[in-house]
Amino acid sequence: MTIEPMSGLQLVPRADEPTTRKDFSSDQEVRWCPGCGDYIVLAAVQSFLPSLGLRRENVVFISGIGCSSRFPYYLDTYGMHSIHGRAPAIATGLATSRPDLSVFVVTGDGDALSIGGNHLIHAMRRNVNLTILLFNNRIYGLTKGQYSPTSELGKITKSTPMGSLDKPFNPVSLALGAEASFVARTLDSDRAHLIEVLQAAADHRGTSFVEIYQNCPIFNDGAFDMLRDKDESEARLIRLRHGEPVQVGDREWVHDIHDPDPSRAFEISRIDDGSMTKVPVGIFRSVQRPTYDDLVRAQVETARTDDPEPDLASLIAGSDTWTI
Amino acid sequence: MTKQVEQLDQVIIRFAGDSGDGMQLTGDRFTQETAAFGNDLSTLPNFPAEIRAPAGTLPGVSSFQLHFADHDILTPGDAPDVLVAMNPAALRANVNDLEPGATVIVDTHDFTARNLGRAGYATSPLEDGSLGAYDVHPVDLTNMTVEAIKEFELTRKDAERAKNMFALGLLCWLYGRPTEGTEQFLGTKFARVPNIRDANMAAFRAGWNFGETTEDFAVSYQIKPAAMASGTYRNISGNLALSYGLVAASVQSGLPLFLGAYPITPASDILHELSKHKRFGVTTFQAEDEIAGIGAALGASFGGALGVTTTSGPGIALKSETIGLAVTLELPLVIVDVQRGGPSTGLPTKTEQADLLQAMFGRNGEAPVAIVAPRSPADCFDAALEAVRIAITYRTPVMLLSDGYLANGSEPWQLPDIDALPVIDPRFATQPNHDGADGVGHFWPYLRDPETLARPWAIPGTPGLEHRIGGLEKADGHGNISYDPRNHDLMVRTRKAKIDRIADTVEPVFVEDPGSRARVLALGWGSTYGSIGAACRRLRERGLDIAQAHLRHLNPFPSNLGEVLSRYDRVVLPEMNLGQLAMLLRATYLVDVVGYNQVRGVPFSVAELEAAFTTIVEEVSR
Ligand code: SF4
Repeated sequence: MTIEPMSGLQLVPRADEPTTRKDFSSDQEVRWCPGCGDYIVLAAVQSFLPSLGLRRENVVFISGIGCSSRFPYYLDTYGMHSIHGRAPAIATGLATSRPDLSVFVVTGDGDALSIGGNHLIHAMRRNVNLTILLFNNRIYGLTKGQYSPTSELGKITKSTPMGSLDKPFNPVSLALGAEASFVARTLDSDRAHLIEVLQAAADHRGTSFVEIYQNCPIFNDGAFDMLRDKDESEARLIRLRHGEPVQVGDREWVHDIHDPDPSRAFEISRIDDGSMTKVPVGIFRSVQRPTYDDLVRAQVETARTDDPEPDLASLIAGSDTWTI
Repeated sequence: MTKQVEQLDQVIIRFAGDSGDGMQLTGDRFTQETAAFGNDLSTLPNFPAEIRAPAGTLPGVSSFQLHFADHDILTPGDAPDVLVAMNPAALRANVNDLEPGATVIVDTHDFTARNLGRAGYATSPLEDGSLGAYDVHPVDLTNMTVEAIKEFELTRKDAERAKNMFALGLLCWLYGRPTEGTEQFLGTKFARVPNIRDANMAAFRAGWNFGETTEDFAVSYQIKPAAMASGTYRNISGNLALSYGLVAASVQSGLPLFLGAYPITPASDILHELSKHKRFGVTTFQAEDEIAGIGAALGASFGGALGVTTTSGPGIALKSETIGLAVTLELPLVIVDVQRGGPSTGLPTKTEQADLLQAMFGRNGEAPVAIVAPRSPADCFDAALEAVRIAITYRTPVMLLSDGYLANGSEPWQLPDIDALPVIDPRFATQPNHDGADGVGHFWPYLRDPETLARPWAIPGTPGLEHRIGGLEKADGHGNISYDPRNHDLMVRTRKAKIDRIADTVEPVFVEDPGSRARVLALGWGSTYGSIGAACRRLRERGLDIAQAHLRHLNPFPSNLGEVLSRYDRVVLPEMNLGQLAMLLRATYLVDVVGYNQVRGVPFSVAELEAAFTTIVEEVSR
């Protein structure tokens, strides 16, 4: 079947009156450590949500476990703080059964890439209409400082006093490998960029994967300092723009986020060899392909069109009955 | 030649062959004809975990047992009166279950030195006298089939495959079964391959005619229809009845059914079945793993669907954390566990009841869930409806404990009156339920119904009721995160009290004691109902008194259970585990329950329970 390109928010009811940042802020006291990057992202999300123009009651945040997963408590929408790694699975059930909701998943590097790796890749493979925000602080914060699947090799932590031994994931490469239809990276320190990317992600129909570099001042302070420092960041950050040239090694091409073939986006994702000497940020890929939840609902719809008033009695009777 | 016809009141037949011989199909067809004829019946398929174990070997043997009668029966029967063995391995794997005098129909075609060896026979049992106790009919079914259908010019292999229809035809003649249903069935099944259809039809008729003409079978049998309550019936297996029960519950509650499942034996057929019923608004999600299956179902429940997940014991182990989440979120969720032999991978295709304590306690913290168990294949329909009723009314996960025997076994089912099915009202919250100090209405997600202790279910999209729930402990009432020790104690006790209150809306346990004199109670739960009931009948026929009661609700127990148990001098409890319900009853009621336990992967035989009950009844009356 063919699916007309449509916004991720197309089936979500619009608010009658403009909403404000305050409408989206809950009365709960925010309890992250002082200086935590999560504050900045929360503020950005609270201020960008009204711009979507949606009814507040049709926005849902589902999170897993970890510092960032407290996120839903601070937003006055529907929300669920679930269990470690499982948010994409729970969100898949919700998004599939409710096309009228805008569903966000909030997760971290441990939650999404370690314990919940399986659900993450399968959500992206299926292309469920979800917006996944992966807060990457390259450490386990809530359990007090063990290395994570994005910590650099040799990381000295409480659980790796002689240095970590396992090679980290590049989350963007992973998402592209799982054929996510929207893949982006942004930073907590660049509010304008963060909001721009979040808007595009929410608007995309299908799984939008957004990696957000987030500083954890308590257990991994300064992990992204070289990307925050004004002078240094200019040399290191490659700001991806659709339709503008991008330099990859000694080759250059025009960045096309709609390229159906993910190979070039993948090549761009490999520019960062782990050293953060050069780090591409922005939208790597944004392609239209049918979403799982739309297809599921279409099958149900087809079946209902063929048989608009199904009869329970004849279903359970089947074809071989006898009467006494 | 007119043959003699003998009347029988009941027969137990077992079809046995290689996994590839089509024995399940043969059994199914014989069952359908028997059902259509009007006998009461009960079936027990038994197949290997391997899809195609090496041909001709013992591990590859698949069988189907059918018990049918002119009266009401409860079990697939103990020892077969007739064994149909399609090869040496099928004979060897089943012959020890026969009583002397049983009829054995053997396809002699595969009794070659090589195949005898594969089955572990040094000499042919057809020749060495080892089958002397039985009435043996050696017939070259394979060659006769090939001969009967040679006009269709099938390959030798395809022609041989029709031998199960020859066997079916012969048995249909022997027991006076109607044949129209099977002919219709073949017509539909092979509609697109006419020569295969016609060949199978010809093999089936040839089998029938062989019975009619051969001198080897001098007598045929008649088993009159059973006197059953008037109504319309069908034959149904447990997995099918359970699937229909879930669809019916969806219709009766007005909630779209969302099934999140990962394939696992013996539960996969529920996923297959439900995936066919999208026109009822059913969504089936084949998840990446067991955890995602229940996660998606819980997400759908959060959104106001009827969330269901189906699995077997190993899957429950993986789902435990999410069940705990559902307990604390207090959302409706139905978890179907089609129990199989454990631990670990265990015996995937065999039956067991050893997940009761897992269902009861297999989570961290105090995490009570309701538990419901069907007692027969057809009863899976009602049990599924009851599980959904509890889940929705009390906003709680409910475990539905079926098992491998119920899943694949079948029995006649009197079709229910759809209009009489219970209506399940989800009562979604639509309004604020609490006036704040600011004079504004607020929504408190943990402000409970005083009667059921259920919390309000407000689904996303409902304006003004936005709220957050999660796995952290919540404060009573407003539901915000709370680490207060007294609140935690209150919430733990309240969640337990809510489950206990389910007993207020559950039927009291019914005791069957025709003479009202019994001093011994035979208690059971789940699929043992038939064997226990049949054994009790046998005792009563011999003038011994015994009462029977069977539990549908394992958590909470029906409110009169303690009183019932205390009325008897002895309570005997057969379980296909090492005494799990017995442990719960001892702990709850301080009653010295006597267990009778086996974990052989097959249902109890009526004979063993009869013997066990007799010993106890005699002891008590001494
Ligand atoms: S531990 Fe780190 S990530 Fe967690 S709240 Fe504190 S600063 Fe933020």
